Amino acid sequence: MALLRRSETVIAGILLLAMVLIGTINPAFWQLDNLFSLMRSNVIIGIMAMGVLLVLISGGIDVSFPAFAVAAMYLTIKGMLALGYNGVVLPLLAATIMGLAFGAVNGFFVYKFRMIPLIVTLGTSAMVRGFLLGVVGTSMININKMPTALIEFARTDVVTVAKPDGTTYGLTAMVLIYLGLALAMHLVLRHTMIGRSAYALGGDPEAARRAGFDLRKTIFFIYCVAGALAGFAGLLHSGMIWLANPRDFVGLELDVIAAVVLGGASIFGGRGSVLGTMLGVFMLVMVKNSLIIMRVDTTWQLVVVGLIVIAATALSAWRDRRRAA
Amino acid sequence: MSDGFIELRGIRKVFSGVVALDAMSLVIKPGEIHCLAGENGSGKSTVIKIMSGVYQPDGGEILIDGRPIPAMTPIEAIAHGVQVIYQDFSLFGNLTVAENLAMNVHLGEKRRLMNWRRTRAIAREAVDRLGVELDLDAEVASLPTAGKQLVAIARALMSDARLIIMDEPTTALTRKEVETLFRIVRDIQARGIAILFVSHKMREMLEISERITVIRNGRKVAEGPTGDFDEALITRHMTGGDILNEPYAWNPPPGRAPAPRLEIRGLTVPGKCEGLDLAIRPGEIVGLSGLLGSGRTDLALALFGMVPRYEGEILIDGAPVRLRTTQEAIDAGIAYVPEDRLTEGLFLPQSIKRNMLATSYERLARKLVIDRSQAEEMTQGMVRAMQIATPTAEKPVMQLSGGNQQRVVLARWLLTDARVLILNGPTVGVDVGSKAEIHAKIRELAQHHGLAVLMISDDVLELVQNCNRIVLMHRGRFIEDLPAAAVTEETVSDRLKTFT
Repeated sequence: MALLRRSETVIAGILLLAMVLIGTINPAFWQLDNLFSLMRSNVIIGIMAMGVLLVLISGGIDVSFPAFAVAAMYLTIKGMLALGYNGVVLPLLAATIMGLAFGAVNGFFVYKFRMIPLIVTLGTSAMVRGFLLGVVGTSMININKMPTALIEFARTDVVTVAKPDGTTYGLTAMVLIYLGLALAMHLVLRHTMIGRSAYALGGDPEAARRAGFDLRKTIFFIYCVAGALAGFAGLLHSGMIWLANPRDFVGLELDVIAAVVLGGASIFGGRGSVLGTMLGVFMLVMVKNSLIIMRVDTTWQLVVVGLIVIAATALSAWRDRRRAA
Repeated sequence: MSDGFIELRGIRKVFSGVVALDAMSLVIKPGEIHCLAGENGSGKSTVIKIMSGVYQPDGGEILIDGRPIPAMTPIEAIAHGVQVIYQDFSLFGNLTVAENLAMNVHLGEKRRLMNWRRTRAIAREAVDRLGVELDLDAEVASLPTAGKQLVAIARALMSDARLIIMDEPTTALTRKEVETLFRIVRDIQARGIAILFVSHKMREMLEISERITVIRNGRKVAEGPTGDFDEALITRHMTGGDILNEPYAWNPPPGRAPAPRLEIRGLTVPGKCEGLDLAIRPGEIVGLSGLLGSGRTDLALALFGMVPRYEGEILIDGAPVRLRTTQEAIDAGIAYVPEDRLTEGLFLPQSIKRNMLATSYERLARKLVIDRSQAEEMTQGMVRAMQIATPTAEKPVMQLSGGNQQRVVLARWLLTDARVLILNGPTVGVDVGSKAEIHAKIRELAQHHGLAVLMISDDVLELVQNCNRIVLMHRGRFIEDLPAAAVTEETVSDRLKTFT
């Protein structure tokens, strides 16, 4: 009974239902190569969603992470090209640290000036994008210039299957990175005091202060982690698509927030889980993917994502009201 | 005098020139149940905050176990075993009972990791110590108020408390829950822990406490064993005067009976109330009572144009009116003061002036712009007429006491030239002194301005004392129409109890 009441169970149920429905309309959905490609599409959105989940739980919101991701990615690759460096670990570390530094700026304004996170992150997002395009450059870095190590790394597969016609397809190993980060976020949220302080802050900031939580630490942690995850995901993304585009990720914040809210996190803070978020990400990616397969125009995809945000938020608001009653 | 656990001596506290406490003394003996009684704004909360170290006094001293504490801080207060249960409980609604209980222990031990098994063990011990049933895995937001209070009490008890201060603990509780709370309070006392009950509810104070301290305007005005007090005496100390409790007598002008101000014929709100007939003449105060769900609020809402689909007839001064919107009701001369004035009736952060004029702007802005001088004049007149205690009408309403807030709502309606005044729970959450003043104001409005007043209340005594007629409602129908002079609080209460 307790299991049935959990949001995750409900989301998983809806997800399964949607999969059956989509599978009926389009039997190709269940083919292994489609499922592998779906999982591949989960990676970047999923990693970013982990950061957004943390921010939402604390009662905040972050719309700056796509800007941070693109800045960290483009700066890192520009740096690699300038230095002639071809590697994986150090660049990923650099991108992560850059994201973390950007996130610290968000944390500073949110904590120090008690500013509304939406306004802070809108502002930092615009500034970072503006600086990137104005100071660093606007040109795309294509496959011919992209560092080969990154591409090679992102091409690693966990399993490879050969089709009857001789071509092969596989499940990208990046999925493992996503799963690892998700597991880490789960452990942080459930089993560390800093994770619990995010829930406490999202539940009742005044009570959190009275209880003696160090809210400065909590707020900086939240926005730094969200930024770091975005930076990491940004560079990984460029390796996966063999392209570094300084205008990338525009509008991605909507997709990711939609996925997190779809996964049961409350937009008012205090509620949300990693498992739910992963299910939400999968659902969103699947719906978008199916729309593409069904040849629905990208403009209409936007309408669908917008609808999902509103419907999922309304549902979770309704749920929270019922719980409080 | 040094047998107290905690003692305040000659405490003085000044906030930007305003003296909140002056020569305030209070002694709480180990293991006693002590009541701190006072009206809203008398300085009760300041006393709590000084005892818990949130405020530093500007004069006087605090002694614990007879030793002076030079600078009391929240941490020191907790270390000495002083725990406060605030009205909002300071709990995390989104977390489980267990986590709420164990949170302070974890934080106190400066842990980095969350040990769920230990969390449950700590919580289990806390709940067992209190001797109550609580589902440790329940989310706190899903608990009723009484349950949340238990969690807060259990948490306060965990830290080797010697004194638990409860700020207005019975406000949102039902009578039965209050009894449970009192049993728990006596239990806690049996373990040698003192309790300071801060309240303005007389009956409860007399029932639970052993000693009472009454404060008024930041000074102690009386102190002694509870046996020395009764309701009238506490009231006199709290308000500084006796409160008259004369029943309201409506004397129609001799000769002709005036035509009804408000008349309803066969009023029906589908599913809520049916076939209601009532006439209220100018100067009458008619009480309306009934259990929750009896349809009394639906009647009020229908009269205020909030139930457009009502059936039947409504007449104001003999003229039939159709009330489909609140604007139509206001235009017809009907004023409604809702049950929860704080959420429904007032814009709390806004000024007294704006709140008073909220329903009058249309009249003030005949020529598209607001007539500022007229607005000022109307507000000043009302602040004086309603005796609202404020230096300026620009003060935000949330800084006023409950009684003054209620007067602002009344003033707003008087400005609309209302002829019919509907009051839903006019003195809920208002202290004794303000209550009496509001009652006096309502009587004056009826008597001297010829208003027809419909007063809906659960407080039977309030109705018996202030109405000339009392109508009892049950399952959407009027059951009885009693002249107030012929009934007492008991007879009406007994009659209400027969409704199920």
